[in-house]
Amino acid sequence: MRFLLLFSRQGKMRLQKWFMPLTEREKKKVMRDMMMLVLARPPRSSNFLQWRDLKIVYKRYASLYFCAALEEHDNELLALEVLHRYVELLDKYFGNVCELDIIFNFEKAYFILDEFLMGGEVLETSKIAVGVSMEEADTLQEQTMEEYMSKPAY
Amino acid sequence: MFHPPVGAPAVERAEDMNSRDQIAEVCWCFQPTDCCRVGGRLNRSSSLILFWRVPLHCTAMSPSIPLQEMIRAIRSARTQCEERGVIQRECAAIRAQFRQADNGARSHNLAKLLYVHMLGYPAHFGQMECVRMIASPRYSEKRVGYLGAMMLLDEKQDASLLITNSIKNDLSHSNQYVQSLALCTLACMGSAEMCRDLAPEIDRLLRASNSYIKKKAALCAVHIVRKVHELGELFAPAARSLLTEKNHGVLHGAVVLITELCERNPEALERFRKTVPDLVQIMKGLVISGYSPEHDVAGISDPFLQVRILRLLRILGRHSETASDAMNDLLAQVATNTDSTKTVGNAVLYETVLTVLDIKSESGLRVLAVNILGRFLLNNDRNIRYIAMMSLQKIVGTDHNAVQRHRGTIVDCLKDHDASVKRRALELSLALVSASNIRSMMKELLLFLSSCPPELRAQTASGIFNAAERYAPSQRWHIDTILHVLTTAGGDVRDETVPNLIQLITNTSELHCYTVHKLYRALLTDISQQPLVQVACWCIGEYGDLLLKGECQETEPAQVTEDDVLDSLETVLQSHMSAPATRGFALTATMKLSTRITDNVDRIRSIVSIYGSCIDVELQQRAVEYNALFKKYDHMRAAVLERMPVIEKNSLGQTNGESAVEAIKAVQPATVKQGEPPLPLQPANQVCDLLDLLGGSEEPLQPSSVQSGTASGLPINNSSTAGGDLLDLLGGFEPTPAAPAPAVTVYEKDGVNLTLLCEKHSDSGLTVTLTASNSNDSDISSFTLQAAVPKSVQLHMKAPSGDFLPARGAAKVTQMVVLNNPNKVNLKMRVRISYTSQGSACQDTVQIDSFPGL
Repeated sequence: MRFLLLFSRQGKMRLQKWFMPLTEREKKKVMRDMMMLVLARPPRSSNFLQWRDLKIVYKRYASLYFCAALEEHDNELLALEVLHRYVELLDKYFGNVCELDIIFNFEKAYFILDEFLMGGEVLETSKIAVGVSMEEADTLQEQTMEEYMSKPAY
Repeated sequence: MFHPPVGAPAVERAEDMNSRDQIAEVCWCFQPTDCCRVGGRLNRSSSLILFWRVPLHCTAMSPSIPLQEMIRAIRSARTQCEERGVIQRECAAIRAQFRQADNGARSHNLAKLLYVHMLGYPAHFGQMECVRMIASPRYSEKRVGYLGAMMLLDEKQDASLLITNSIKNDLSHSNQYVQSLALCTLACMGSAEMCRDLAPEIDRLLRASNSYIKKKAALCAVHIVRKVHELGELFAPAARSLLTEKNHGVLHGAVVLITELCERNPEALERFRKTVPDLVQIMKGLVISGYSPEHDVAGISDPFLQVRILRLLRILGRHSETASDAMNDLLAQVATNTDSTKTVGNAVLYETVLTVLDIKSESGLRVLAVNILGRFLLNNDRNIRYIAMMSLQKIVGTDHNAVQRHRGTIVDCLKDHDASVKRRALELSLALVSASNIRSMMKELLLFLSSCPPELRAQTASGIFNAAERYAPSQRWHIDTILHVLTTAGGDVRDETVPNLIQLITNTSELHCYTVHKLYRALLTDISQQPLVQVACWCIGEYGDLLLKGECQETEPAQVTEDDVLDSLETVLQSHMSAPATRGFALTATMKLSTRITDNVDRIRSIVSIYGSCIDVELQQRAVEYNALFKKYDHMRAAVLERMPVIEKNSLGQTNGESAVEAIKAVQPATVKQGEPPLPLQPANQVCDLLDLLGGSEEPLQPSSVQSGTASGLPINNSSTAGGDLLDLLGGFEPTPAAPAPAVTVYEKDGVNLTLLCEKHSDSGLTVTLTASNSNDSDISSFTLQAAVPKSVQLHMKAPSGDFLPARGAAKVTQMVVLNNPNKVNLKMRVRISYTSQGSACQDTVQIDSFPGL
């Protein structure tokens, strides 16, 4: 996978993960192109597009579009499964996830993504394992904050 | 007492707290004492967690709000301007906070900055803060710091190097979550240098750590190998041993790593071929036995891992018989046993099919794979149909017959509503056209053309033309097809279609009548499609006499009068829909008709003179030249405007016929300007012929007049190359052939001497000049030459200069013969000489086997 974007129907970017080095300008251009291409698609079309030399796979979940760019030899049908798995992970974590959850807790969305994908490849194929890692990491985070808080101020 | 400061939401708003077990949306701050301010939020179990405590005097100067409060403020901004204001204020506060010493709010400030960055605002001042946070001992700060590094830093930034050391330290941290942060960041934005530095660490982690770290290290190694190919060697041994692990995450990572190594390095590929049995074993375990609930997706056990293994098997089996044999059974098993009702099953089947088709599989398996694709084509799901067509496209070259079996379904997909599916169906259909199905396929393609989306029209049109050219069952069908395309999608065809069609028409002499009738009728219906109108005008100009004759074998003859024909051309000339080039065509056609009709020549004369003052310079020039042709050079008019000869297949701009006419046209402006007839230097034989008619001299043509002359005469739209060629021919003073070879005597008998001169003027064409002279004491009359050539060679004899050979070589007779040898056969020519000398008829034959200068 080359990049993964989440954006709303109104064209607001909610999450962007880049697996290839690009400058800020290039990233902006890519995001604009993606939004234009995907938002223009009629409702019952196929989920695959060709853009430059990449295969674009996108899926709409409620008000959010999940858009991934694949290389020539990647399996598009599996990419649909990858997107679906990510949504399931978010759903499990936030409990009935909606767009607001991803807006207000964007850093969590990134952390979950980092437990599921790495370098554009699937990292963990078990739903449970990702959930467990997130919980443990969150606990660790809270513990370190508590530790800090429990120190006397002055 | 706890009371929130001004500006913070009230504590009492308990109803804002979600009772759901999730992080509350409201953050609030309150003052437990007068000397510090504490903020906090609820955690998932709705107990308060304090997360920052700031001395009052620090917050007094720049009040900054918590992250989620800021998000809310930005979202509630009604205009872009308001949003910018909020963000500017916040960024200022954040910057101020960054400048301060360690305070507990650092991670949240950075988080705020990252949110702002995601909205598209600049955030580079946060880069150094990321570096500092990563170096912090606290996990909460590291976590956000590394996230910031992945979002704000990339390998091109200098700041990224500064985190190398932190990453290195964190890779050996005692806590696996810290290690994992470092691994993740390195895999995301590690530069080549960083990768080189840290590769040994990664290798160590690959071997000796827990599964959680191993799987992350594996994918980190993948990134390193992608950045620095040579380091692949380093990871190969560890990768091999990882295949024995049970943990799916680690297995998956190992398979991905091995795939990467094999793709980059053929030696590694050789070595890893030995792992095929192990991979087959793992796959079997997944497909047959192992039901593990945590990896199950709709009945398929760990489809992600299955697909990756299949892909690795593909790479390993690709050029190896033994490896392919070892995986045959497994692939057959997966292909038959995988449930294809859901997308996930189809994903695995798809990968299996790709593998089968790429390795050296046995034919039964290949047939199975193509059948699976055929089943996909009938699937209701558009995605599956799209996938199937893409795969079939890849194999249409190698397994053509197998794909042909599904032609019907593919052609049906042309009618699908989805644009992507249509595009794939079109490409595949064009690839499946063959001599046996050309008629039915063309019907479907033409139907598609009339209803296809605009972005596909050009591709369809050119595809149809190619197919028609290769497989046309008859000339008439070919012409009909092209005309159909021009009427349906005339605006989307490529520019060279017009000359190609003209060439095709000229070469099909038996269909001239039919063609001109069809085109005339098309012209009457619609003059908006420019390519069609151009071809129609050209045809009417050339073959207008056939139209007027009123008889035609192939189609119903049109009962038209000369006025009707001239009317149609004039409509084109005057219509605002006609492009300038099209009007040029129409004017030239009108002019040509002056020699093909009898009654209305005056009308043509008047049209031509009217356009002599047209605003369009191109038209004006043509009109002026034609006017001159009417007035001063009326005797030349018939010769100039005679039928075009057969055009050679490849040399569009260099055809002699066209250059002849153009050369003459080029003469006119010079004439008008200087009142003296300079004539073109003749590399082309037909020009020479015409010059014979004119009794020409041989002054070179002025270059300036060539520019305009060639531009005006060409019946081609954007004739940059063609014009250029002609300019070379006429303006550059380079005769296209080299210095002609000396004349060779081929026949000498009874005082009649025949010499031969050869000039090559194109790849397969040459001109032979036969010159006869008479050395007898008596004159020779009725001297004629006839020539015969091998079957595949085309012959065209020009009019001889005369038939009287005076005695004692007082004068010569020359005859030019144009030959075209497209098949490059051995050229021979048999010449029969007949003449009358001293009252008796004589005849003789000579065979010419060698042509000097060829």
